[in-house]
Amino acid sequence: MEDYSREDEGCPQLLDLIAKGGEWVGIRAVERSHGISEEKKLELRLAPPGGEWSFEESNTTISRERNGLFSLGPCPQNTVLKPPSPWQHLQTSYLHPVRRESSQLCSNRAAAETKAFSAANTAMHNTAQKRTAPATVVGWPPIRSFRKNIASGSFSKQASDSPDVAPSKVSTVEKSSRTPFVKINMDGVPIGRKVDLKSYNTYEKLSFAVDELFRGLLAVQKKSCSGGIKDEGDGVEKIGGLLDGSGEYTLVYEDHEGDRMLVGDVPWHMFVSTVKRLRVLKTSELSALSRGPKQGKIAMNN
Amino acid sequence: MCLFQSVMNYFPEEVLEHVFDFLTSHRDRNAVSLVCKSWYSVEKFSRKKVFIGNCYAVNPERLIARFPRLRSLILKGKPHFADFNLVPHDWGGHVYPWIEAMAKSRINLEELRLKRMVVSDESLKLLAKSFPNFKSLVLVSCEGFTTNGLAAIASNCKFLRELDLQENEVDDRKGHWLSCFPESCTSLVSLNFACLKGEVNAAALERLVARCRNLRSLRLNHALPLEVLQKILVQAPQLNDLGTGSFTHDPNSETFIKLKNAVKNCHSIRSLSGFLDVNGRCLPAVYPICANLTALNLSYAPGIFSNELTKLIRHCKKIERLWILDTIGDKGLGVVANTCKELQELRVFPSDLYGVGNAAVTEEGLVAISAGCPKLNSILYFCQQMTNAALITVAKNCPNFIRFRLCTLNPIVPDAATNQPLDEGFGAIVQSCKGLTRLSVSGQLTDQVFLYIGMYAEQLEMLSIAFAGDSDKGMLYVLNGCKKLKKLEIRDSPFGNMALLSDMGKYETMRSLWMSSCQVTLGACKTLAEKMPRLNVEIISENEGGAGEVEARLDDRDRVEKMYLYRTLVGPRTDAPDFVRTL
Repeated sequence: MEDYSREDEGCPQLLDLIAKGGEWVGIRAVERSHGISEEKKLELRLAPPGGEWSFEESNTTISRERNGLFSLGPCPQNTVLKPPSPWQHLQTSYLHPVRRESSQLCSNRAAAETKAFSAANTAMHNTAQKRTAPATVVGWPPIRSFRKNIASGSFSKQASDSPDVAPSKVSTVEKSSRTPFVKINMDGVPIGRKVDLKSYNTYEKLSFAVDELFRGLLAVQKKSCSGGIKDEGDGVEKIGGLLDGSGEYTLVYEDHEGDRMLVGDVPWHMFVSTVKRLRVLKTSELSALSRGPKQGKIAMNN
Repeated sequence: MCLFQSVMNYFPEEVLEHVFDFLTSHRDRNAVSLVCKSWYSVEKFSRKKVFIGNCYAVNPERLIARFPRLRSLILKGKPHFADFNLVPHDWGGHVYPWIEAMAKSRINLEELRLKRMVVSDESLKLLAKSFPNFKSLVLVSCEGFTTNGLAAIASNCKFLRELDLQENEVDDRKGHWLSCFPESCTSLVSLNFACLKGEVNAAALERLVARCRNLRSLRLNHALPLEVLQKILVQAPQLNDLGTGSFTHDPNSETFIKLKNAVKNCHSIRSLSGFLDVNGRCLPAVYPICANLTALNLSYAPGIFSNELTKLIRHCKKIERLWILDTIGDKGLGVVANTCKELQELRVFPSDLYGVGNAAVTEEGLVAISAGCPKLNSILYFCQQMTNAALITVAKNCPNFIRFRLCTLNPIVPDAATNQPLDEGFGAIVQSCKGLTRLSVSGQLTDQVFLYIGMYAEQLEMLSIAFAGDSDKGMLYVLNGCKKLKKLEIRDSPFGNMALLSDMGKYETMRSLWMSSCQVTLGACKTLAEKMPRLNVEIISENEGGAGEVEARLDDRDRVEKMYLYRTLVGPRTDAPDFVRTL
């Protein structure tokens, strides 16, 4: 594994993908805490088993190109950033692999330009690069308008609608929300509730909240079904045993892949990130709902 | 006279023509016509199928003069990025002049296939009236016509075999175009109107299907409910290719049970698509035919849960082509990898364009597919994130890619694990996949990736670049390295005049170059246009004000927002609108 060197002096920590005074600057690698172990993991080689790629030919091409094209120009910094890769042979023949930072700082642009991205967009990228989809960039993602209409759910509209119908989310695909209010329905209760999962941090608290939300509604339902008049408050049963299968009801949820899962198997924070909606089902009916021999599914004891 | 000449003269032209009949590829026939005058002549008069990749590279008159006996024409119009709204409406690509010229010269046109062209009702009417043997019309991603034009085709083309409308923008006048097929029409083999938004006369359709015993391919639109599908399948169990319309019904109803029975009888269906507006619980109706399916397109059906999708896919062991939405998830792709060992082409489209929903796939799904599907050679993959490690693994697993298109939903997202650019990953792909002809890159990319592409992508014909690169060097690597490059399209990347002008002759070896939101200036474009008379260099402005205003505002040092250049034999086009200026 070749030595990894990274010299940061002179380079700003975070650069924006906006032209600044005519210079291109790019998003650069944020300070990493992974260290060398990450690089070791990436040491994959595209070589035949037991062999090494011979790079003689490519090396000559490289050096030719290097002489012709690799004048780095007025680049004061010696920003050498060599990420590990199977291309290390390639890279050893360069003096300075042209990394994004160095070339941005070196290049001179005659005309100022504006980018499709706004500054707000870029800030979003810098902080949440993994997850964030960009705000509207024209023509991105590159799919035909025909598909855009489908994805936005307007495909079901009738003729003579223009393609620019206001997008309405397809109702069957639940969108994850940044504030995790999720729907919760209970067997036997026609009206659902919504819970803010952020306000709980354990399954017990959630279970308690479910009891509070539905106890009254369930009582009303039972009352109206039985037709009689009963006292409210007293005699209304607590909804318990939601998490361990011991109660009349059991708490389950649907995850982002659409699967029904028993609540309580995974750590709370993982649960919050994958849950799409909750259901309170009658424990006796759970076995009828299991969808087959999949791991992690509802596996009712016995 | 040399020996070869005398030997060749021994063969009468009919023999040569017969031999040439075996050559079906355009490239082969083009090569043949370069051998000698006599071969040129024989080939010219025997050529039946012509492919024109850019309708402005030649004109109708030259086409007719060159191939007077043509019967089948393929024409492509707008640049590819027009699909993504980067080309203003009315840019061009009209088919009318072609139809008009061929009609006048009494070309015996039988087949017309158009992509990204403007097709007016007038042109369809002229087409329908002018070519008595017309058999096949295929329109892909076109616009400009209404159902009235379709009515004209249906009414007049007595021997129509194929009417295939793929993803067109059609102004649906709710007319009874389908009823315009006369009772005498029994020749239909393929009918696809899935992209139409309006109602069609179901009874007319059922009668049409009943009398066209050779019907092999039928794709319905959304307006047709399950009941109609059921009746049609009873009439046409011989179908090879079915596109359901709407696929939602009460699974307990009698109609649905009838449908299930009808489906069971359709032993020949190999390709299934549609499911526009679907109830996942209805999907089991198609399980009986899944075992023989080679093509499955569920990409128009966002309403199917991942587990319902995977249940369906588990039945499809022979699938070769799968188009799906990213609602399938990485886990679902794992199921595909385990089940679909014959898979050659996979397309995973995005379902959630407006939010940050979790309905997306990542590098995991792609790696699983690459590991599980040894025959994979073509992929289009829209994903939430990607890593170099994954791409390297994919490259090792699948050296046979001919098309590799990766699109990260965030166009400049770096490697999700290391925060590095994705240069190394794409580099591995081009190095490993020696037969790669089409590549789209995305994610955070520096000039390095283009160095790799230039070095390794020897067979590359089409390259799409967006938000990538650091300097002119990137583009130069590609132009210098990719000898077979035909189409290069670039948006929002820092490539400028130096790259554009370094090898101007290169563009005559290519079909076209698109650059938008890059660094090229008007002055450089003018220089290029001046030095290369056989290129059309078009500057496309936004649709405001017209070229006059634009010219007044732009000076040579100003950046050009959109430039499209292409080689041509016929000089600047005469139908350019105001906002397009050919330099």
